[in-house]
Amino acid sequence: MIFPTVGVNTLTDYKGHSLLPERDAEQRPVLEIQGLGIDFGGLTAVNDFTITLGPTEISGLIGPNGAGKTTVFNLLTKVYQPTRGTFYLDGKDTAGMNTVQVNQAGIARTFQNIRLFDKMTVEENVKIGLHRDIHYSLGGALFHTPFYRKAEKRAHERALELLDIFDMADFAYAQAGSLPYGAQRRLEILRALATDPKVLLLDEPAAGMNPSETSDLMEAITKIRDTFKICILLIEHDMNLVMGICEGIAVLNFGQIIAKGTPQEIQSNPQVIEAYLGRKKEA
Amino acid sequence: MNTLMKMTKSNMNQYKRSALWSYGITIAGFVIVSIMVSAGLISNSLQGQLVPICAYISLAVSLNLVVGISGELSLGHAGFMAIGAFSGVIAATLFQSLPFLWVKLVIAILVGGLFAGVAGVIIGVPVLRLRGDYLAIVTLAFGEIIRNVLNVIYVGLDEKGLQVSTSMDGIHLSEQGSMILNGPMGATGVTKLSTFFAGFLLVMFTLFVVLNLINSKHGRAIMAMRDNRIAAESVGLSATNFKMTAFVTGAILAGMAGALFALNYSTVAPVKFNFNTSIFILVFVVLGGIGNITGSIISAAVLTILPEALRQFSDYRMLTYAIVLIIVMLATNNPQLKALTAAASKQFKAKFSRTRVYKRPQKADEEMGGTK
Repeated sequence: MIFPTVGVNTLTDYKGHSLLPERDAEQRPVLEIQGLGIDFGGLTAVNDFTITLGPTEISGLIGPNGAGKTTVFNLLTKVYQPTRGTFYLDGKDTAGMNTVQVNQAGIARTFQNIRLFDKMTVEENVKIGLHRDIHYSLGGALFHTPFYRKAEKRAHERALELLDIFDMADFAYAQAGSLPYGAQRRLEILRALATDPKVLLLDEPAAGMNPSETSDLMEAITKIRDTFKICILLIEHDMNLVMGICEGIAVLNFGQIIAKGTPQEIQSNPQVIEAYLGRKKEA
Repeated sequence: MNTLMKMTKSNMNQYKRSALWSYGITIAGFVIVSIMVSAGLISNSLQGQLVPICAYISLAVSLNLVVGISGELSLGHAGFMAIGAFSGVIAATLFQSLPFLWVKLVIAILVGGLFAGVAGVIIGVPVLRLRGDYLAIVTLAFGEIIRNVLNVIYVGLDEKGLQVSTSMDGIHLSEQGSMILNGPMGATGVTKLSTFFAGFLLVMFTLFVVLNLINSKHGRAIMAMRDNRIAAESVGLSATNFKMTAFVTGAILAGMAGALFALNYSTVAPVKFNFNTSIFILVFVVLGGIGNITGSIISAAVLTILPEALRQFSDYRMLTYAIVLIIVMLATNNPQLKALTAAASKQFKAKFSRTRVYKRPQKADEEMGGTK
């Protein structure tokens, strides 16, 4: 085997497979992924993906291009149904759920290639995330009853609160597609947050951002974790961000986890260095 | 950034503003036409078109809900119109002993909407599992099925009640009885109940329902599904429910318009509700702008009047109609003309409002737009 799964046993893991930080060690993990894998035809895109995430943990999923990071996200949101393995969300088996049900169970995500509702306003994008939190019937919608007014007013206030996280309340009525690229990424995070998730999956949140925007984003992600008390798993190529805010990191290469651990452990792991930089010639 | 902020604040009530336009145009149109009618400025043939115009406006707006807002190309709208028309006629005949004309008309329109809505549910369940072209073809097929079924339905009424059969022989009426539906001959001897005012009210009701729906959580979900299905599912919205809401609402409104339409004539045959009529309604929607409710109102009104107005061309009437359509389509899609109108509206805005149009700095564009 070229890449033995050393991560599982040789790095300091909690309960075998965990990336749990000390803070979460005593609590039940929010996401337990067990041997998740998918084949596309004869190609194994992800194999034996096993990690455990704590309820208020920020962790990172890194790896070279094509390693299967986004595929893992697609498996966790059931865009693809896994060929092998399953994962438990808050102790509940997600086998057989579809994308909608997984989101309702508490997993929200952003996309690597931004998928906003471009023609709608910023506020509406957030309100769509709030959909299940707005309570009125179709009759209320058709005849704009007092229930409708009250619920819409609350949704409006809630949307502005969420937009305040990224100081975007001023752009509430701008068309989402007209926003600068970085703002679109932030809006996508807010839309995902609006669904009140337990686990937030961020697919390259800092892509296309400049260094100062990235450092703002790092602060914001930590703030989101602290305010909403949720677990955040992010894919990112920006090592400053990953090493700066992640408490646990899993490294993926050719669909296999090759290392798991704290940022310090990952930085000095020879297999990770090899995956990123190539093997050193034996002298 | 400051300029963007200003612009966006002014866009705050974009739905309310477009809703006001729609209501305003309808009310203004009604008032102007009413005055012209009482002043005798409108020819008889055009007066006969007033109720159909209202019906077609309702149909165009309801089809716009399905095609523009929900994003599903439906080619069977005339089918729902037909169901509404014939169930409305039957209801009007059943309740003909009721005192006021408008009570009968309201009952007929409600019954028409109800039956069309039921048909919408039955057809929507299989059809909304399909996407794109397949959905269009299947709705076309259902529209034709409805018309062909109506072709073989015979309904008679006597003091014992309604009799329904698939052939003339199946119906045995007493002497006081009369036929309501005569298969391919359709409904004959219908009492004319529809008035221009009733048509106006139906248009207002249709607008009220459609515009309110758009500006609600259900409407947002419907549009989210249209714009980006994957993203919509990722935030927990399931597709079929919301598409169904739009489809059935569209069907109900089409049924109501159908009832209004049928009760304007003494004879209505199923052949009136064929594929051509579906396309006719779709043309209103496309020409008025897909998703643009105000546009649907204007184009439905203009395109219904146009064949009448072109009467002086006699034999070349429909040819002229087609040519006008083509010219309008070409003109509205002409990039130079678009640029010209855009520039004009920009000038207008710059002159008459304090808000300025936000222009993103070029530098920021290069910096951020790279990977998209």
